[in-house]
Amino acid sequence: MSVLDVRDLQTHFFTDAGVVKAVDGVSFSLDAGEVLGLVGESGSGKSVTGFSILRLVDPPGRVVGGQINFKGQDLATLSAREMRSLRGNRIAMIFQDPMMTLNPVLRIETQMVEAVRAHDRVSHAAARDRAIRALSKVGIPSPAERLAAYPHQFSGGMRQRVAIAIALLNGPDLIVADEPTTALDVTIQSQILAEVQELARETGTALIWITHDLAVVAGLADKISVMYAGRIVETGPTDAVLTAPGHPYTEGLLGSIPGHGRRGERLTQIPGMAPNMARLPQGCAFAPRCPRVSDICRKDAPVITDIGPGRGLRCHHPTLAAEGVA
Amino acid sequence: MLVFLLRRLAQSVFVLIAMMIVVFFGVYMVGNPVDILISPDATPREIEETMARFGFDQPVHIQFLSFVGNALQGDLGRSFVHGESAVSLILSYMPATLELALLGLIFSVLIGVPLGVYAGYKADRWQGRAIMTGSIFGFSLPNFWVGMLFILIFAVELRWLPSTGRGDTVEVLGLRLSIFTADGLSHMILPALTLALYKASLVTRLARAGTQEALMQDYVKFARAKGLSETRILVVHVLKNIMIPIITVLGLELGSMIAFAVVTETVFAWPGMGKLLIDSILTLDRPVIVAYLMLTVIIFIVINLIVDVIYTLLDPRVRVKGEAA
Repeated sequence: MSVLDVRDLQTHFFTDAGVVKAVDGVSFSLDAGEVLGLVGESGSGKSVTGFSILRLVDPPGRVVGGQINFKGQDLATLSAREMRSLRGNRIAMIFQDPMMTLNPVLRIETQMVEAVRAHDRVSHAAARDRAIRALSKVGIPSPAERLAAYPHQFSGGMRQRVAIAIALLNGPDLIVADEPTTALDVTIQSQILAEVQELARETGTALIWITHDLAVVAGLADKISVMYAGRIVETGPTDAVLTAPGHPYTEGLLGSIPGHGRRGERLTQIPGMAPNMARLPQGCAFAPRCPRVSDICRKDAPVITDIGPGRGLRCHHPTLAAEGVA
Repeated sequence: MLVFLLRRLAQSVFVLIAMMIVVFFGVYMVGNPVDILISPDATPREIEETMARFGFDQPVHIQFLSFVGNALQGDLGRSFVHGESAVSLILSYMPATLELALLGLIFSVLIGVPLGVYAGYKADRWQGRAIMTGSIFGFSLPNFWVGMLFILIFAVELRWLPSTGRGDTVEVLGLRLSIFTADGLSHMILPALTLALYKASLVTRLARAGTQEALMQDYVKFARAKGLSETRILVVHVLKNIMIPIITVLGLELGSMIAFAVVTETVFAWPGMGKLLIDSILTLDRPVIVAYLMLTVIIFIVINLIVDVIYTLLDPRVRVKGEAA
């Protein structure tokens, strides 16, 4: 049975400017130990998807539809108390900015021990031991001494390791990582990626890795879902999606990664801007920016269709590469 | 830390000097106390003698220099009325005011912080709005009126609490205090509440603003993602972050509570410094007024210093900078 099965998730923001459908019918599922890369631009709804799973969407946002089945249990039906006992325990989250996620005025020890004791009736000493083990697992030197430190005494990379250690404390079944390496420099980023991948494999933890960077998920994720304007436009095994992208948007994302073209050549870019989520165009949301756009795209929104084993695509005019696969 | 303290002390000396000049010329140049000290039908010779005894016949700058000279030795003159040293006179009234201000401060924190945090947490609900509306009353009702209202309700109608005086006092470390006797404490509750009402409203507003801001921070969301209870998030994560501005303001307010409890002390016939000040102003008892103002300055300086030290205890980031300096 899958650890997480999200069906037709809808999270809307009720703003003065109108209803923003930040997440509009997102579906995916995840088995134990599996890593899903959720890729998209800023504002594509990928972070909101992550927060929806933990039921931590701030007002005016609200999950208005769909199902989130976690180990066979629909999270929407749980009481606030039951949901809290899952958070940080069975489902953990890592945030984007390590400078902001730790409370500046509390010691690391306090922040880790409370995370253990919120879910397990153990002594402070036992919780502390677990914290030390988690810190050494993520590669923090002399963890016992570092427990007494405050967040500002750590570098950004070290703080993110602490945040990851906190996520690991209770051995969760699922970790939602919301762009956890975006704020870090590249060397630290690759170290953390390697460590997280190893940890997930060791413990069988399922992982949702939210990022705007296809290069990051390329080496990490088992499968990829590409989001655009609140919807998944393409999904499939990582290798398949990266070698034979079906959606013009995925192709555009791949083309804009440095290193694919030849030296001296301009990087390809996707023309235009991410759409205004409060006023989405009729039909396909990507149509105004799409190189393969036709009349039908402007009239009817495409539905997601299977184009191969585990591969889905939401496009009227898939690229040639994907047609070969299908 | 040491460098920081020394720097603050040097700044304090400048403040004291400036204050000496302002206070001296402000008070010494207004009115002639001799008119009050001597009966109107005294002979010019008697007046002259008295003037000479107090040094009023000297030029202004000589008077000022001798005032500064004496002040440096801790002597701010003798009370014209009571005949004893102005400083020791004020100090003898001080414990009553200090304990009243302290209890007022405790009340304002105990009332203001929980109300403010709750109002911030429920900012868009009726609970939050009700608390904010209530705090407007705390701000705008005049002290003397609240005091009299309290007396009317709790002393006259309900007969729960006494309304005047200090009640039983007990000597602690050489100070006569009411706070440690049940009777004394019951005498303190009404004046302390009156004193606390305005501050409590202030604290409520500060705590609410701080809570609203803190609740939007990532660390609160992360704390929720850890599965902590809302209570723990508010009481540990939010409260510790919002205490810094609250303590700053309260520190300053404690100074004003001690120095200007005049109205409340008058309403409740509380024999503290404020009442002494009013009496001294009425009798033009210059040395007492000057000594009172100088002591007030010193109290403010000391409290500010303590606030800065408490900062470093609350905010580890300030601590590190202080150590590095």
